[in-house]
Amino acid sequence: MKIDRRCFLSLAVGAGAGIALSPLPWKLTDDVSIWSQNWPWTPVPKRGEAKTVHSICTLCPGGCGISVRKIDDRAVKIEGMKTHPVNQGGICALGLSGLQLLYGPTRVKGPLKRVGDRGKGQWMPISWDQAIREVTEKLAAIRKAGRPQSVAWISGASSNTLNLLLDRFSQAYGTPNGMRLPTLEDAYALTVSLMNGGKARIGFDFEHAGYVLSLGAGLLDGWGSPVRMFKANAHWKAAGVKLVQVEPRLSRTAAKADTWISVNPGTEAALALGMAHVILTESLYKADFVDSYTEGLMEGFRNIVLADFSPEAVAKVTGVDAATITMLAREFAKAKRPIAVCGRGQGTLPGSLDLFIATHALNALVGNLNQPGGVWMVREEIPSWPDVQPDSVAKAGLGYPRLDGGRTPAGISLPNRFIQAVASGKDYPVEALLVVESNPLYTLNDTALVRQAFSKIPFIVSFSSFMDDTAAWSDLILPNPIYLERADDVVGVSGYPYPTIALSQPVVKPQCNTRPVGDVLLQIGKGLGDSVATALAWKDFNACLESSLGERFKSLKKAVVWVDKGYQPAAWDEVFATERFSFIPKGIAADAVLKPVGVPGDAGSFPLTLMAYDTMRLSNGYIGNPPFLTKILEDTVLKQTDGLVEINPKTAKSLGFDEGDRAQIETPKGKALVKVHLDDGIMPGVVAMPRGLGHEAYDAYLAGKGINVNNLIASVNDPVSGFEAAWGIRAKLSKA
Amino acid sequence: MSEHEHMDAAPHESEDHGSGGMVFLFFLIGLAASLIVGWVIFPKLLYSQKNQPIDFNHVLHNGLVSDGCASCHFFREDGTFSGSPTLAQCIDCHSDVQGESEEEKRFVEEYVKKGIEVPWLIYARQPNCVFFSHAAHVKIAKMECVTCHGEMGETEHLRPYEYNRITGYSRDIWGHNIAGIKHHTWDRMKMDDCSECHQQKKDMLGSVQTQKEGCFVCHK
Repeated sequence: MKIDRRCFLSLAVGAGAGIALSPLPWKLTDDVSIWSQNWPWTPVPKRGEAKTVHSICTLCPGGCGISVRKIDDRAVKIEGMKTHPVNQGGICALGLSGLQLLYGPTRVKGPLKRVGDRGKGQWMPISWDQAIREVTEKLAAIRKAGRPQSVAWISGASSNTLNLLLDRFSQAYGTPNGMRLPTLEDAYALTVSLMNGGKARIGFDFEHAGYVLSLGAGLLDGWGSPVRMFKANAHWKAAGVKLVQVEPRLSRTAAKADTWISVNPGTEAALALGMAHVILTESLYKADFVDSYTEGLMEGFRNIVLADFSPEAVAKVTGVDAATITMLAREFAKAKRPIAVCGRGQGTLPGSLDLFIATHALNALVGNLNQPGGVWMVREEIPSWPDVQPDSVAKAGLGYPRLDGGRTPAGISLPNRFIQAVASGKDYPVEALLVVESNPLYTLNDTALVRQAFSKIPFIVSFSSFMDDTAAWSDLILPNPIYLERADDVVGVSGYPYPTIALSQPVVKPQCNTRPVGDVLLQIGKGLGDSVATALAWKDFNACLESSLGERFKSLKKAVVWVDKGYQPAAWDEVFATERFSFIPKGIAADAVLKPVGVPGDAGSFPLTLMAYDTMRLSNGYIGNPPFLTKILEDTVLKQTDGLVEINPKTAKSLGFDEGDRAQIETPKGKALVKVHLDDGIMPGVVAMPRGLGHEAYDAYLAGKGINVNNLIASVNDPVSGFEAAWGIRAKLSKA
Repeated sequence: MSEHEHMDAAPHESEDHGSGGMVFLFFLIGLAASLIVGWVIFPKLLYSQKNQPIDFNHVLHNGLVSDGCASCHFFREDGTFSGSPTLAQCIDCHSDVQGESEEEKRFVEEYVKKGIEVPWLIYARQPNCVFFSHAAHVKIAKMECVTCHGEMGETEHLRPYEYNRITGYSRDIWGHNIAGIKHHTWDRMKMDDCSECHQQKKDMLGSVQTQKEGCFVCHK
């Protein structure tokens, strides 16, 4: 009896047989297969009760209704609200991505105080009491020193009541320097007040139009209310309504239009006036409207148009041949219900007044004002609060001129001129700046100048919900809840012809230690005492909303939106009988108002023209691009972290560039490293870059991707309105 | 050298007849040991257990409610099944301590007062890749809860929750018998157990699960 190798082999065989006869291998196989189908890191939706909460999306001025699906307390999906008259169940890619803003890592989790140098990103969390106390003490000290005018605010808020509250705060505190970031709506409102007279929002009855001429408006690139515009376009296609897009670049709108007229950049107004020339010389204008309800046509407008804007002259300026201009003019004037519309790209910047005047004049020539399928003046019920009783300090402060040179009380803000004034330091200094729902260090042209202005302001308070470029450069951050966590009212929808009042309401509980700006402002007001406390005597921002919405506050909580679908714009007899439509705004010289805004930079050293463009796939304002949107960006716009500049193959060849080559783009305002993308859709001599990239702040998903084109573009003031009117800048490309 | 030795060893083999018993003994030892490992030690190693956060008495509650299981495990208005109750339902009665039970006192203090949901451990939870609709089975097929969940309503204490260390899922899915032998319909809840019933009743149910394209009805 010897234990040998065979014994051990036998042991192994026995063990093998035993294992095979036990459940071990079969059970393990089953378990491993279950385990491998349910990796622990795979996100699994939580179980719970499904609910839908309706609200309003305020990420852009589109005013869409949203239906947010929730499982218990967590929002899991944002969809378009089916019963909302504006978007009718549709939603854009940004609206869909809203949950990434809500649950994303860029949120400011609670009040922060800067501890290191500005922009170094060193913060100390502080309590809300301390945050509010610090702001109140600062504002109280400035006011006590008799310099309330040196406090300013910049707001991009969509909430009507919040903006009213900010205005009220200014009045009571005593500062004329409240800045609402203007958009194409402000440019249109000014145009309407100059030409039609009176105060009204502009609306376009696109759904009933018979012909649409867009002078650079990115109707399908996020202009106005984007989802509504997509639906309108679908209707135009089905009904055979012609869309003509006039712009130098083959944008999405141009690509989807029936006709794309590629004009030299900045000459859209000239083209409109060339069309007016044809309409006037061929007597194609609507005589019954023009003769009875307008003025200034024969006196000023006609003379200038006939003298300077013949199709041949316009052909030279625009690069569009005279025959095309004549054909376009005839087509437009003879079409049923033609609409001319402008507002470059998404219209996030107001733009030059000449283009608005020229475009609006075309609509008047064909008599399509306040008509079905035309351009409407929409008069809305704007709630009014009892007047503020400013004390002597406030009165003295309000006596100062606005730093932007605008008139008080603020009808129009000119943040571009405000920044120039602060940067130059010529007038009085700004000692404190409150930044509400905006990111001026990123969105305003010539960001270096904005930074220079900000460096002269010793106390900057950001109310941003996100660590955006401006928040990162501030001294205190008092985070606002985001749109899905707070209540706001929105009056009117950009470009929509019917009056609306909507209530954006909390969909989920605040995810961070945030407080609504309105509440904080009221608390600061209480702390300041005097006329400020009296003027801001509401308990909280909800009470403000209730006082401005009245009875509607309750019904809107359920219905979300009120729309006056039966709205009819005032008839010509009613609106133009006493004050006629004026082709040349009163008090302004006709040649001044139609003078185009030039492009900054010297053509000798900068042979190209750089234009910024807007796309639906890039959020370019206060809201940073959520990861979902960045993911759907073409690699001809952003390749890894490189921004691409669009250039015509001919221009590229003459400069020796090939697709994907690295290049340095330089403008009088700065330079940046980019890659080159060759595209036949852009005219030779012009290069284009998108707005919305190149953030310095935010998170790894957004920071350092591409170039902020606003860094490269100079700020140009419109000579008449003072609005930001830059549409491009001279540039050069060199090998890098 | 070694080759030689090896060759030489062959003629001696007959002399080692006696070691055949030893070889068999070793075989038996191997067999027995692995059977013990496979049937006894392996299941013990494979499963771990946790106690439920609160010891719940189904019998007691069943006596107090009017609608049986559905009083707490109900269908929501949209037809989805609520599963184990949330604090919102418990609070209806337990906003304060009702009885003498220490467990109830602990429940009220640790969960109700603090507003924290009780992290119940669900014995019958299928892996996440499995789609299962209570409505189809209970509302349409009129099945009783007990068919799949056993006599849960008659327990006075919650047994420890046993879970598989590899998959993380409840032991109730495979069943407590490691060989998969079952005596009741509720003893295990693997796919075979689903298909057993679906096969039996397929004509009656028009069951899509048993058709060729049926995989993705349940496997998501």
